Amino acid sequence: MSDPRYAVGIDLGTTHSVLSYVDLETSEGDEVVQQVLPVPQLTSAGTIEDRPVLPSFLYLPHPDELTPADLALPWAETIPYAAGELARNLGARTPIRLVSSAKSWLCHPGVDRREGLLPGDAPEEIERISPLTASVRYLEHLRDAWNYQFPDHPLHRQALTLTVPASFDPAARELTAEAAEQAGLDNLVLLEEPQAALYSWVQSTDGQWREQVQVGDLILVVDVGGGTTDLSLIAVTERDGALELNRIAVGEHILLGGDNMDLALAHVVRAKLAADGKKLEPWQLQALTHGCRSAKETLLADPDSGPVPVVVPSRGSKLVGGTLRTELTFEEVSRTLVEGFFPVVAADARPATRSRGALTRLGLPYAQDAAVTRHLAAFLGRQVGAAEDLEGFQREGEFLRPTRILLNGGVFKAGILSERMLGVVNGWLETENAPAARLLEGANLDLAVARGAAYYGHARRGRGVRIRGGTARSFYVGIESAMPAVPGMEPPVQALCLAPFGMEEGTEAELPPQEFGLVVGEPVRFRFFGSSVRREDHVGSLLEDWDDEELEELPEIEATLPAEGKTPGEVVPVQLRAGVTEVGTLRLEAVPRTGEQPWKVEFNVREEND
Amino acid sequence: MSEASPSFFQRLSLALNFFYRTLTEPDLARAFAWLKWTEFPPGAKFAIDEGKPKAAVLKEADAEGALQILALLQQDGRLIDFLQEDMGGYSDADIGAAARVVHEGCRKALREHLKLQPVHEEEEGSRITVDRGFDATAIRLTGNVVGEPPFSGSLAHRGWRVTEVTLPRIAEGHDLRVLAPAEVEL
Repeated sequence: MSDPRYAVGIDLGTTHSVLSYVDLETSEGDEVVQQVLPVPQLTSAGTIEDRPVLPSFLYLPHPDELTPADLALPWAETIPYAAGELARNLGARTPIRLVSSAKSWLCHPGVDRREGLLPGDAPEEIERISPLTASVRYLEHLRDAWNYQFPDHPLHRQALTLTVPASFDPAARELTAEAAEQAGLDNLVLLEEPQAALYSWVQSTDGQWREQVQVGDLILVVDVGGGTTDLSLIAVTERDGALELNRIAVGEHILLGGDNMDLALAHVVRAKLAADGKKLEPWQLQALTHGCRSAKETLLADPDSGPVPVVVPSRGSKLVGGTLRTELTFEEVSRTLVEGFFPVVAADARPATRSRGALTRLGLPYAQDAAVTRHLAAFLGRQVGAAEDLEGFQREGEFLRPTRILLNGGVFKAGILSERMLGVVNGWLETENAPAARLLEGANLDLAVARGAAYYGHARRGRGVRIRGGTARSFYVGIESAMPAVPGMEPPVQALCLAPFGMEEGTEAELPPQEFGLVVGEPVRFRFFGSSVRREDHVGSLLEDWDDEELEELPEIEATLPAEGKTPGEVVPVQLRAGVTEVGTLRLEAVPRTGEQPWKVEFNVREEND
Repeated sequence: MSEASPSFFQRLSLALNFFYRTLTEPDLARAFAWLKWTEFPPGAKFAIDEGKPKAAVLKEADAEGALQILALLQQDGRLIDFLQEDMGGYSDADIGAAARVVHEGCRKALREHLKLQPVHEEEEGSRITVDRGFDATAIRLTGNVVGEPPFSGSLAHRGWRVTEVTLPRIAEGHDLRVLAPAEVEL
């Protein structure tokens, strides 16, 4: 295979997807030639326009709803669905046919992510698709858009980087890689989104980043996307006289993003309209959200601009009579967004927690606490010891103290929000008499993740700094300990460490001494755990008990010993071995003691029907 | 053009002839001095005056682009709804609320599809000079239009010029005359 010509980065986002690329032939070191691919997509029936982003929506039309020509794309004459802007627009009026937030479903531990689930409200006659298939469709669209523009450099031959939230569990990562493979793109590597944002910042400094950070700095990346908030900590160290970046910790999966904020404003305005006796229909909420978003941008850019009118156009052709008008004031925006999502809280504040029972099949496990600052406080508190093993760092105080902050995501275009975020963190630092953190500036907030991913493809080829890190968690399998059962009590479970913290891509952990007996032909399930704080555990470590804070239970894993050449019912002793693939996904294998081929242990297993 | 251009030898003969006559006939030379070479850039097209007015070649504008722009203005800014509505019974406040929808949406549609630029960047009301050989399509002289260029006058309107048009691509067989489909809620 010939060398790739381009390093391509794809940000497969909850609400929109972006593809950016670096021309490897003309880029050298810090001199990078980079573009964002204009994505041709349907913007209304039969109409195709280029957009820098592909909204992550699919619309599954009724067979008579649109003519085949209405859905044609430059590269496909007949296609039974619409992706992108048209899908979003049609879906606003016909939500039962709209697939949205597939990415949030992809990491929903309570569902089978290969099962037809979406659209969630679809009646029976609509064939639902799985979160995995939806992701495949978005990738196919981007692939075709690329191949259409670069017929001589097909996407599967380029150096491809796909971003995932740092908080994605192993199953969600594997599904993302699988989606890419199904789209014919098996040439990929995965990159955590906050890291991508930092790469984009590094690139935006034109090589000057070394002047803006120094050994001992701790960079906090807060990435608020459309649907998720992703946190990471990156330590600056030195090796052989050169600065090095180490991702030392990542946050939990928080389903809370910019879209929640616009929606919150829309509800404020809706309540105002309701107080005037004007009732909004569901479809009007989208128009209202849209109106609120632009009013918010006006107000946040200039707090003195006075109340900004928000109008919701009528549905029918009578525009003047049916249009609703109201206003949004700075005070309302400030109260809803700044105080609602970024309240000033103490460093020991913690978000309202969600009980496990909340993980129902019915909906997404949205964050119960909307305060980004409380989630951040919890993260820094939990990770207080994350840097203590690194040279030049020590454990001090009650929380890990960042010295630099990189904010990413469209919401931070509003100066007032980024100032508040910085102010809150610096307030925490002040109470511990620690020096204030500084904001790293200059990243493109909307496109940074895709741009950073493409730059990573360039840096990976030895042409720029790389962030080291490996896996951000250690992983454990649950073993029910051999104790007499006590009625009404769950048998105690021990956690056996299979994969230590910080495993690098393309490495394999050693075999733990413990063995399991698997019955041939019968699927066996294990409880599975991950920890973002237990850095010392090594393969074979056996935990008797732990805090809920320390270990997070992940969806169960399943091993089925193939029956070939064996007697069904036979028990085979195996050991479980972990590895990290070159792509960046975790792999678990059952290794039979008899020296046969190991086989794969599945992460994403169908939930047992209850 | 109906006439074919003269051949090379015809042009050579013409040039030599006029070369000689320009040198020898001062009146003809004065007439030629009116023609500034700058007014005849390479590739310029010349109409041939044969003494009688010729029918102008008029072009039918292509309706497709116009329909597309109308559809975009309706889709984003509800322009057709607004223009087709009878404003008679409404208060200015109601009309104002609707005008915001139209203004915001149409502005977005314009920004996305046409790159607009004033013909003259100067402030309106300021004095500007119109040089000889100005583009009479882009600059309209009004009022006391007498004398020879350069003209000096006050900029009453800056004018608009489209520097780039990016219209959506349309699928074969898509009926552009439907500016907005009827919507039927089931």
